[in-house]
Amino acid sequence: MSAFGTVLGRELKLAARGGGDVLTLVLFFVMVGVIVPFAIGPDKTTLSRLAPAIVWIAAFLSMLLGLDRLFRADHEDGTLILLRQADLPFSAIIGAKVIAHWLLTALPLIIASPLLAIMLAMDVATLGRAVVSLLIGTPALVALGAIGAAVTVSIRGGGLIAPVLILPMAIPVLIFGVGAISTGVGADQSGAALLFLAAISLMAVALAPFVAALAIKWGED
Amino acid sequence: MSIDSKSRQGWFSRIAHPGQFAAWTQPLLWPLVGITTVLFGVGLYFAFFNSPQDYQMGETVRIMYVHVPNAWLSQFVYVIMAVSALGTLVWRHPLADVSMKAAAPLGAVFTALALYTGALWGRPTWGTFWEWDGRMTSTLVLLLIYLGIIALWRAFDDQLRAARVIAVFTLVGAVNIPIIKFSVDWWSTLHQPASVFRAGGPTMPPSILIPLFLMFFAFTFLFLVLHLKAMHTEIRRRRAMGLERRAAGALA
Repeated sequence: MSAFGTVLGRELKLAARGGGDVLTLVLFFVMVGVIVPFAIGPDKTTLSRLAPAIVWIAAFLSMLLGLDRLFRADHEDGTLILLRQADLPFSAIIGAKVIAHWLLTALPLIIASPLLAIMLAMDVATLGRAVVSLLIGTPALVALGAIGAAVTVSIRGGGLIAPVLILPMAIPVLIFGVGAISTGVGADQSGAALLFLAAISLMAVALAPFVAALAIKWGED
Repeated sequence: MSIDSKSRQGWFSRIAHPGQFAAWTQPLLWPLVGITTVLFGVGLYFAFFNSPQDYQMGETVRIMYVHVPNAWLSQFVYVIMAVSALGTLVWRHPLADVSMKAAAPLGAVFTALALYTGALWGRPTWGTFWEWDGRMTSTLVLLLIYLGIIALWRAFDDQLRAARVIAVFTLVGAVNIPIIKFSVDWWSTLHQPASVFRAGGPTMPPSILIPLFLMFFAFTFLFLVLHLKAMHTEIRRRRAMGLERRAAGALA
């Protein structure tokens, strides 16, 4: 468990000392929220109706943008090969990296989401549901993203392919994520969507470290 | 793409050795082309001239004879790819790599054709080219997955490494296949539910079912022919690349 903690701590330290990657991502997330009203028009009823979708799209794009930093640097300087020699199973190391990645790329977005709520004319109740749905849904995005990043890590300039691979897989997350926020018909339905979202997240988080570890192992030797 | 044929002398590893495979399947190719042509001839004749109009859809029902086989193949090809991916991961067999790579573009084309013919059929009967219905959406996702896999194949330099990584991704993407299959039952929006392979037998009369099955087999055989030919081409391409590498090594 201490090795697991060490890997997790290393990722967080690297991010803390290595510069403003995290803040750039948050900035991007907020900027998408700023851009959209220019495209749609500042009409408040339209904006608040579209707000759940916009929040999720913004989260989607920011997560995809951050995908490449998950394994790329460690692959290029050989850290991944060293990590594979560790006593800890490689999938556990990937798990630690995935958790760290969530803490670094998803959590800041969720914390910044009230900003988006103001700009998109969301009411407080909707914002609450948005935060819950992002909290439950983003682990699935990170997990799926880890698979995409692992598959493309050994390709030179593969940063563009990972999002293309992962986007279609992540569509259910988007559907249920937005469904959990918008309550057009009744509270039952958004509750069901939230449960589906949780199920997808649990499945993806449970399986992704193994799949990603497999892809990295077989992509390297 | 070398395989240690000396350590494994079973009959299967002998016929599945890429070079051997290309040799013994070569004579099968033309007979398969013949069967495909005959099936298409008979199937199209039945579909166009010897099957009834639908009492509601009229002549447009004939689009079905192209649409349904393509839709079935779009999923079947992915299953072939997933099975090949298992072959790659479990036995690290080069023939499975070749089969997986050859199937991807074919599957993408069949999926695109299924969507295209579906749109052409949907316009006169449903009044729309496209609807975000469960089955259409999941088939579109399938197309995107196919395209992603093709992009992945093209991005790797080392095809041996590519095969293993793509096999992992192919198996992950296989989640979508049951979703497509059951989409019509889970979300009964627009696309009609299963009407051929269902409990209690097909819902169509034989006059429609016979041409449909003929076209089914015609397209399936078309896939077999194209897949086999694409595998031969891929095996030759790999051999040529190996020779090139050896020649370059001899020069240096």
